[in-house]
Amino acid sequence: MHVDDPAFWRAGAISTVLVMSVVLIMLTIDTLGAISAGSARVPAYAVINRHIDYKFDAKRGNDVPVITASEPFFGKAWEAAAAEALIEQGKLVIQSRACMDCHTFFGNGAYYAPDLTKAWLDPAWETWQAITGKPTREEAMAAFLMNPEMYRTWTRTMPNLGLTEPEAVATVAYLKWMAAVDSNGFPPNFGRMQKK
Amino acid sequence: MYRSQVLALKYFSAAMALFGVMVLAGLLAACYYIHPDLLFGILHFNIAKILHIDTMIIWLLMGFMGALYWFLPEEFGRELAGIAAAEALFYVFCAAVAVVAIVFIFVQYGGANEATLWFINQGRKYVEAPRWAAIGVVVIMAVFAYNIIGTAYASRKITGITAVLMVDLVPLLALYLIAFPAISNMSTDLFWWWWLVHLWVEATWEVLIGCIMALTLMRLLGTPRRIVEMWLYIEVALVLGTGILGLGHHYFWIGTPAYWLAIGGFFSALEPLPLLGMVVHAVYDAGTHRMKTTNKPAFYWMMAEAFGNFLGGGVWGFMITLPQVNLYAHGTQWTVSHGHFAFWGAYASGVVSVIYLVVQKVRGAAELDGALWKWSFAALNIGLIGMVGALLVSGFAQAFVERAIGGSTHEAFIAGQENPWFVQGMIMRVIFGLIFAAGYAALMWDLLTIGKRAPVPAAVAVAAE
Repeated sequence: MHVDDPAFWRAGAISTVLVMSVVLIMLTIDTLGAISAGSARVPAYAVINRHIDYKFDAKRGNDVPVITASEPFFGKAWEAAAAEALIEQGKLVIQSRACMDCHTFFGNGAYYAPDLTKAWLDPAWETWQAITGKPTREEAMAAFLMNPEMYRTWTRTMPNLGLTEPEAVATVAYLKWMAAVDSNGFPPNFGRMQKK
Repeated sequence: MYRSQVLALKYFSAAMALFGVMVLAGLLAACYYIHPDLLFGILHFNIAKILHIDTMIIWLLMGFMGALYWFLPEEFGRELAGIAAAEALFYVFCAAVAVVAIVFIFVQYGGANEATLWFINQGRKYVEAPRWAAIGVVVIMAVFAYNIIGTAYASRKITGITAVLMVDLVPLLALYLIAFPAISNMSTDLFWWWWLVHLWVEATWEVLIGCIMALTLMRLLGTPRRIVEMWLYIEVALVLGTGILGLGHHYFWIGTPAYWLAIGGFFSALEPLPLLGMVVHAVYDAGTHRMKTTNKPAFYWMMAEAFGNFLGGGVWGFMITLPQVNLYAHGTQWTVSHGHFAFWGAYASGVVSVIYLVVQKVRGAAELDGALWKWSFAALNIGLIGMVGALLVSGFAQAFVERAIGGSTHEAFIAGQENPWFVQGMIMRVIFGLIFAAGYAALMWDLLTIGKRAPVPAAVAVAAE
């Protein structure tokens, strides 16, 4: 052992970095497969045609998305290709309006506005349905996104970011798809307090 | 003085100016929490936030570049290769930053199409700059890498520090390429985005500032090269040994497999170790020199870097890094508290230390001291720690009320944000932010005048270079 010899530590640094990098690359290959759209954890985009819930799984010890029966989205069933195009457009809306610099997605972003990971499942949309007079949750969400300043419910008002109707529909689709992603129980206890 | 060192002074000036923009944008962003209708319809929180975060990244990057443009000609014993291109790109860099800022402020957003991502805003935190500007950053970093690697090749002189630096530049440049894609699948998008953010901030940047601090220590305290290089290798082994898989603490909740909970939790819990090593190193070096130095501000800022990095990055990071805590703390003001402390300690303090070291050289002052740097040092650090404490209180309240009790819904979010502890924290953050801003003003004035006010016995010789 030559602990005061820089060459000893240089060898240690090189070997450590190499080993860790190889492990990271192996884990990355595995993870990219596990989170591709259509996998068990990250559903295919056509999940927007299904009913989504978020329930406690006693075996895993956390909340998990539960995907059940078919349900129309904006009054119809979307083909896989159409659903994918909708999600692509939704992501472009999220980036072009810098949503992540007020909101968070999976807890990442800014912290000025609510986390949107499970926003599709938020009990608050019932209130917005009543305020907007829309028959479905998705229509109420789209109406809100196009004119958020008209539906103030709090001191912090979401500004009008000029969303067109197709852009609003795409954003709602994105939020619905995201609610179906298995995020290891984040956020915890979502909506449970209101249900009680 | 080498041309590269003249360029370093320009980079330091630009960095300190952007530091000011960061402070102003940060104060504005903080005010929205207290007055939500502030500038409504004109300039919203997200734009202030982008300006605050992005100018922080750019001024620190410019500070690192300035430090290396200053030190490396001395390290290689010659002018840097490709210096003319580097000089030209400095002005391009500044102009690009100005154009991007103007577009952010006056255009703000565009339609949901690729043109918006190319010319207005990419909307990905930290890398919001439109693609044309991101390409500019790649070109600038590529020339910067050439300056260093080309000079090492030409001089046939590679030291331990420059070897580490050159190896570090490869991932630094390659990782930035992740700033471009717009992947529809948010899980995949965030997976790669964290490669960029984490492996820059908690890996390649840590190594970069390690190299800069090694070069600073040799000049500031006369620490032998053998010692600083040995510590640099230890730091590289520990920072990358823990930090590469410590990346896993960002993969708890983005849709990634559950094995990341264990991997990320374990390795990121070890991440404070190298930072503790730096504190030991700094205290040891300071002790062997009995705290005697001819440049007190540089010395104290270097100590602030060692302690701030350990406390802000290490301890504050550890507080929220285990998944059992992170489930509630993630995405709250608790994270913001950690972010402020870590960036300040790990990087900002180090850059300020180097600038004081360079100021002494440029002005030829035999000794650099005075009263004003102490006031700025105190105001900046008290302001920062005050902000960190205030954000921590708000973060605790938010994690408790919104996450643990409320269940993270829209209604729970509002309950958390209206909680009196949260509100008090936000008010205190602005007050300490103003103290921080006063410290910044004092720092700028001190940097412009220190060494000019005191007698400068060696001034003539060095200034004439």
